[in-house]
Amino acid sequence: MPVERIEGVHLGAASGAPEATEEEVRRGILLTTLDRAVSWARKQSMWPATFGLACCAIEMMSTGAGHYDLARWGMELFRASPRQADLMIVAGRVSQKMAPVLRRIYDQMPEPKWVISMGVCASAGGMFTNYAVVQGVDTIVPVDVYVPGCPPRPEMLMYGILKLQQKVRREGRIR
Amino acid sequence: MSEREGVSAVRQETMIVNMGPQHPSTHGVLRLLLELDGETVLACRPVVGYLHTGIEKNTEYRTWQQGVTFVTRADYLSPFFNELAYTLAVERLLGIEAPPRAQVLRVLFCELNRIASHLVWLATSGMELGAVSVMLYGFREREVILDIFEMATGLRMNHAYLRIGGVVMDLPPGAEEKIRDFCAMLPGRIAEYERLLSRNPIWLERNVGVGVLSAEDAIALGVTGPTLRAAGVPKDVRRDEPYSGYETYEFEVVTREAADCYARYEIRLEEMRQSLRIVEQCLERLREPGPVMVEDPKVAWPARLEVGPDGIGNSPAYVRHIMEESMEALIHHFKMVTEGVHVPAGEVYQPVESPRGELGMYVVSDGEHRPYRVRIRDPSFVNLQAVPKMVEGGLVADVIAVIASVDPVMGGVDR
Amino acid sequence: MRPEELAQRIRAELPETILARGEVVAVVAREALVPTLERLRADPETAFDLLSQVTATDWPGREPRFWLSYDLYSTRHRHRLRVKVGLPEADPRAPSVAGIYPTADWHEREVYDLFGVVFDGHPDLRRILLPEGWEGHPLRKTEEIGGVRTRFHGTWVPPVDRRGG
Repeated sequence: MPVERIEGVHLGAASGAPEATEEEVRRGILLTTLDRAVSWARKQSMWPATFGLACCAIEMMSTGAGHYDLARWGMELFRASPRQADLMIVAGRVSQKMAPVLRRIYDQMPEPKWVISMGVCASAGGMFTNYAVVQGVDTIVPVDVYVPGCPPRPEMLMYGILKLQQKVRREGRIR
Repeated sequence: MSEREGVSAVRQETMIVNMGPQHPSTHGVLRLLLELDGETVLACRPVVGYLHTGIEKNTEYRTWQQGVTFVTRADYLSPFFNELAYTLAVERLLGIEAPPRAQVLRVLFCELNRIASHLVWLATSGMELGAVSVMLYGFREREVILDIFEMATGLRMNHAYLRIGGVVMDLPPGAEEKIRDFCAMLPGRIAEYERLLSRNPIWLERNVGVGVLSAEDAIALGVTGPTLRAAGVPKDVRRDEPYSGYETYEFEVVTREAADCYARYEIRLEEMRQSLRIVEQCLERLREPGPVMVEDPKVAWPARLEVGPDGIGNSPAYVRHIMEESMEALIHHFKMVTEGVHVPAGEVYQPVESPRGELGMYVVSDGEHRPYRVRIRDPSFVNLQAVPKMVEGGLVADVIAVIASVDPVMGGVDR
Repeated sequence: MRPEELAQRIRAELPETILARGEVVAVVAREALVPTLERLRADPETAFDLLSQVTATDWPGREPRFWLSYDLYSTRHRHRLRVKVGLPEADPRAPSVAGIYPTADWHEREVYDLFGVVFDGHPDLRRILLPEGWEGHPLRKTEEIGGVRTRFHGTWVPPVDRRGG
């Protein structure tokens, strides 16, 4: 049975030797810090809040659909209520009218929460350098990962999500 | 006091509920203010503008060719239709016509786009009304179409494939086979959807008799597309004001009489089949080779695009020509790309039949190399006005069914 | 009716009618707009029952400055007509046609929102695309494409051609 190697996880008596790992796992015991375990759990089942706005939303739905399956990483469950979500994927152009709504949804999400800015419109205003579009959602909410593209392919979004998962695992602190 | 007196002593108030703009099933960022008496909707007021992008203002600051990339992102589920309306309008102002092969390619991609858009409608409608697996099926079929689009245009969405004077690239080898395979596969899948939904008691309960909009009301409210055809009015721009060679294709304009959500569902499924018919006819006509861009050097997009090892880009032969062989060609390329076409002054309104209804492009030119005014008459903007009429007096749950059946795309509504 | 016949028919009533690029375009005065549209709708030969769009174009420096255009379609005869009305810069007001064509409601709100043209008799003239309290009418040619005021940091991001340094 494959074992995921997480740094900082000490395995019983003999650390390092693969047979010892298998032995430990078969016995059902792994020792680690609480931080790392919680970070691993957090990244493995992040629930995104539905925040699809424009064209990128369709690519996000495609990523969640059968062909490029987001359920592989525990993310197929898009929660409608922000109070039950921990990830906000801002997918699409944010207009001035929508900006306060975006901030409100972000505020309603409980900690810990992360934001992926999907597409160039969300990251930097995209091709719409005009009065109507917010030039980058990082002027409104703190962004963890920027995924460029117009719209980004599902593989690009998946890469962004995996990068976010690495970040979560790396920065695990219980707050 | 008696029970009846007790009941009448209860104060009754109506409730104002806000649905959206962030809501799992308002098809984008649509906000509905509903005044409810229990579960009955007394009044409904849609609030739009949460996706206003200033596309129309932006086109006034870019060249005519760049307008295609802006306009294509308005109604983002049917990008080819936006491009088609725009390029046809500009070609009318220029007084030119795209070569025949380009017109066939335009029809081919538009009809494939119509099928893709209806699949997204089916997927999201099914999911909103509770048939969650239909979401996965709709997107599964759509992936095949997006593969075809990517082969031919380089992008899955928002292609900028149609340009003024034609299309930017001919079909690559292998695309025709892929389209044929798709044509062979789709009828079976549509039959699958019908087996799943058409006689499903839950689907029938939620759609039959819901959201009725009579023909007079629809026309007075400017509604077009499947919503109008569900009321029995056979209005289809492809039939009434043909463009791009549509008068030479055989297809049916699908109508129903019931004018409810179920009729619109049936119409869209049948439209997928009719679009497939048109796609097959296009493939027959594509047997003859020909140019895909107009010859006039003052209009045609100068680059010759080709599929290379790193994707779609300028063909190496063309790059060699402009960089090494001919100074005039380089200057011409530079001028065409930076300054672009000069379109004679005038105005034109070009309607096309998008999956949602009559998509019109009102283009005004003052003789410059930039558009003066581009106004997108989006069908969803107008169709959403009819939602209060369809929804008032019904139940809250019917609001979802009605919006799903009108199939608005907020990118087009707000532009 | 074919465009040539329609143009003749309309020219009999509205003398300023042209036929260009297969389209019939008639210019009417602001005061005559509502009666003209009512007639065009009621007359069985023209029968324009569908109003496709109401929009405006801004020609600063010309008088009249704002040109409204009403695109009409007849589902019975399948012909189109465009009716244009010029509005002076000093007084950009026009009568609302929402009483004749209910679809004009949102179209006129959009023209008000983006151009500042006021429609008399409109049931509910408010901004539709821009947030309430927005100042200015962005699609006028005298307004810039826009810098962006970011709401939560209080900074101003200039338009892209002026972002230097």
